Amino acid sequence: MESHSLKRPTRRVFLSSVAMTLVAAGAGPALARSFSGLLPWQEGVANPPLQVRPGGWLFLTPEEVATMEAVVDRLVPADDLSIGGKEAGCVVYLDRQLAGTYGTSGRLYTSGPFLPGLPTQGYQAAATPSQRYRAGIAALNAFTRDAKGGKRFAELSPEDQDALLKEMEAGKVALPNKVDAKGFFNLMLSNAMEGFFADPIYGGNKDMASWKMLGFPGARYDYRDHVSKHNQPYPLPPVSIAGSTDWMAK
Amino acid sequence: MTTILPRKDVVIVGLGWTGAILAQELTDEGLDVLAIERGPWRDTSTDFNIGYAQDELRYAIRRDLFLQPATEAMTMRNNLSQTALPMREYGSFLPGSGVGGAGVHWNGHTWRFFNTDFKIADNLTQRYGADRVSELQLQNWGVESAELEKHYDKFEYLAGISGKAGNINGQIQPGGNPFEDPRSREYPLPPLDMTYAPTLFAEATRSLGLHPFPTPAANVSRDYINPLGIAMGQCTMCGFCERFGCANYSKSSAQTTILPVLMKKKNFEVRTDSEVLRIELDASGKNARGVTYVNTSGEEFFQPADMVLLCAYGLHNVRLMLLSGIGQPYDPNTGEGTVGRNYCYQTNAGAQVFFDDKNFNPFVAAGALGQTLDDYNGDAFDHGGLDFVGGAGINCIPTNGRPIQTRPTPPGTPRWGKDWKQATVNAYKSTLSFSAQGSSYPTRGNYLDLDPTYKDRFGRPLLRVTFDFPDNDIRMSNWVSDRMEEIAKSFGAKQYVNTRRKKGWDSVPYQSTHNTGGAVMGEDSKTSSVNKYLQSWDVSNLFVIGASAFAHNAGKNPTGTVGALAYHTADAIRQQYLRNPGQPLVSA
Repeated sequence: MESHSLKRPTRRVFLSSVAMTLVAAGAGPALARSFSGLLPWQEGVANPPLQVRPGGWLFLTPEEVATMEAVVDRLVPADDLSIGGKEAGCVVYLDRQLAGTYGTSGRLYTSGPFLPGLPTQGYQAAATPSQRYRAGIAALNAFTRDAKGGKRFAELSPEDQDALLKEMEAGKVALPNKVDAKGFFNLMLSNAMEGFFADPIYGGNKDMASWKMLGFPGARYDYRDHVSKHNQPYPLPPVSIAGSTDWMAK
Repeated sequence: MTTILPRKDVVIVGLGWTGAILAQELTDEGLDVLAIERGPWRDTSTDFNIGYAQDELRYAIRRDLFLQPATEAMTMRNNLSQTALPMREYGSFLPGSGVGGAGVHWNGHTWRFFNTDFKIADNLTQRYGADRVSELQLQNWGVESAELEKHYDKFEYLAGISGKAGNINGQIQPGGNPFEDPRSREYPLPPLDMTYAPTLFAEATRSLGLHPFPTPAANVSRDYINPLGIAMGQCTMCGFCERFGCANYSKSSAQTTILPVLMKKKNFEVRTDSEVLRIELDASGKNARGVTYVNTSGEEFFQPADMVLLCAYGLHNVRLMLLSGIGQPYDPNTGEGTVGRNYCYQTNAGAQVFFDDKNFNPFVAAGALGQTLDDYNGDAFDHGGLDFVGGAGINCIPTNGRPIQTRPTPPGTPRWGKDWKQATVNAYKSTLSFSAQGSSYPTRGNYLDLDPTYKDRFGRPLLRVTFDFPDNDIRMSNWVSDRMEEIAKSFGAKQYVNTRRKKGWDSVPYQSTHNTGGAVMGEDSKTSSVNKYLQSWDVSNLFVIGASAFAHNAGKNPTGTVGALAYHTADAIRQQYLRNPGQPLVSA
């Protein structure tokens, strides 16, 4: 087995009938490879997720953090069923997502021309999620400063926050700088739900709070002993990709 | 500069289900076969790793295993009067990428189409008159069920399908689908053990006089060793099937059923992360010389070959034909031309039943673990007094309880806040969902071509999808939704809701990755791109294999028929084509 870390596979590599050229993990974009004569497998190329750890912010500014913590606590309020969105880590989740490929639309088709589309054609603007949050949060706070006696969104009462979020959801509020209030609300809502319900490894869903609330067992991966137990509660608590927080030092 | 490589007997574009089947069959014939795959190499232990395969965010939301729009997007519009715009994020359908293709992350519903599908134009015209189908562009496929039976059988045994036969050599079998055409033998494996919701659905629909049966599943119900000697392990009902690779070797795919044998062969090679730019023709335009492809360093290669097999996803097969100037592009204004013709989709509708006193444990699930009834599918029922043709399979197949996406709530529930949370908790375990997977019939205006504006990273035009649900299909879906409402009502639960299909195909919410047609098979070279053996009418050493060959789409998942057609093609190449290479198997 040959192993190449060169960016350009040589022609010889392609012509060798049993050549198997592999590229060291992390060497940048995947390179063309040729496989023949055996089922290729290489150690060290699996790509497990990285554990997000709270502490510090990679994308959001302090004011943006304060705003989003207030927002996620209204979208997912703390009550008898679960902790709230802030404590669950939904903003930590959001910050790490915005700092990565998601924030830059790295996976998406981002070539122009950018034309206004029909609803059936989906999102057609050029702004990436990270740009939309930067502009959207600024517009939201500018709006509340004007309309709510100089207060930022996070300083409003929960009732006033709920009322404003409902107006955004319904598209009934015009935010400054032509920010699409309804579109921005939907973006915040979908990201908050992702953070709250995703595996805790991504920074939200602290202690599997949402999974415990629903009774979702998480990453168990084998239910053969329960499939025929119709209408009976599943007995085991959830586990995440990283196991259970009960097993770890706090 | 293009590097010219040594000749191969066969070059295959795309190493998913069909590419792997054709490669396996043609290397058995002693041919020297090369597959060129745009995406990466993928194997179970590395890429569907049991340590983190259960990651909904990564695989279902960010779609780690799928074709990324940055690599190739498509544009869409509902009709000719609109300007198509790119789907910047895939939504309504999600094409695959990489070795194994979309066969890596499918659910595993494995169907045979009806004979009345393959003979659709003859059957519907004879039964209901030409007027009934005049708004549609229906055409026969050029094959019949009896001819495909052994190929369906071969695919089902390769893949270890778990199910219950409904008709063995004309004998109706209790517990199976009484509407299916005759099959030669039982499924290789018995049905999966049923979860609670489909069990309840089967009881309810049976008491209405309907005929539910276990959905044929590519999630193996028992340990299985397939005819190639490859072992699969019993499905654990983990609830991470569609959008995920299987870490248990339980879901049939090229990885779990073919590649361990194929990859050992000295006369097979795959080049990954290499994208075919076009098929090259000789001066006559009637023979493919090979393909030009580019690797991730941007280097171009010309790979000469005696035969070219297009085995990419159906939509990509069509695009590569258009980009290579093969066949006459379809013109929706005149109805002439073949490439891009008869693009079809799936006409789906849904129902949810909300109970107070049930626990369905939705996370105990497999992609194809459930019950189906075909009483309202295809032409299994009399349309004499109705105003449409076609139908839908009714499926109760709860595939998962993954909480980012699967959180049903009753109508009127807010999307956030305290009331949302309480309603979500109440409904999570106690909601029974079922759906109608409806047929999709061709019209003159639904088609595929190259977009005039938007380009891919190599400067090639994107594929343009022009599609809306035909009026016939909307009438069909509404009638089926009425039947679903009868079923939903019969449960006697506190509440149910029906989601009906409306005009205006929306590319945003996920619906189905069952895109069919565009390079359809048929009897007439004026209305089809390929003959009954999926050989191009125009370029005799080119075969185009996949759901691109479907002349319409049935109310069933396509993979079983795609697999059968792949074996049908392989058989024709081995038994007929190789005796007289380069010649048409059917004269135009």
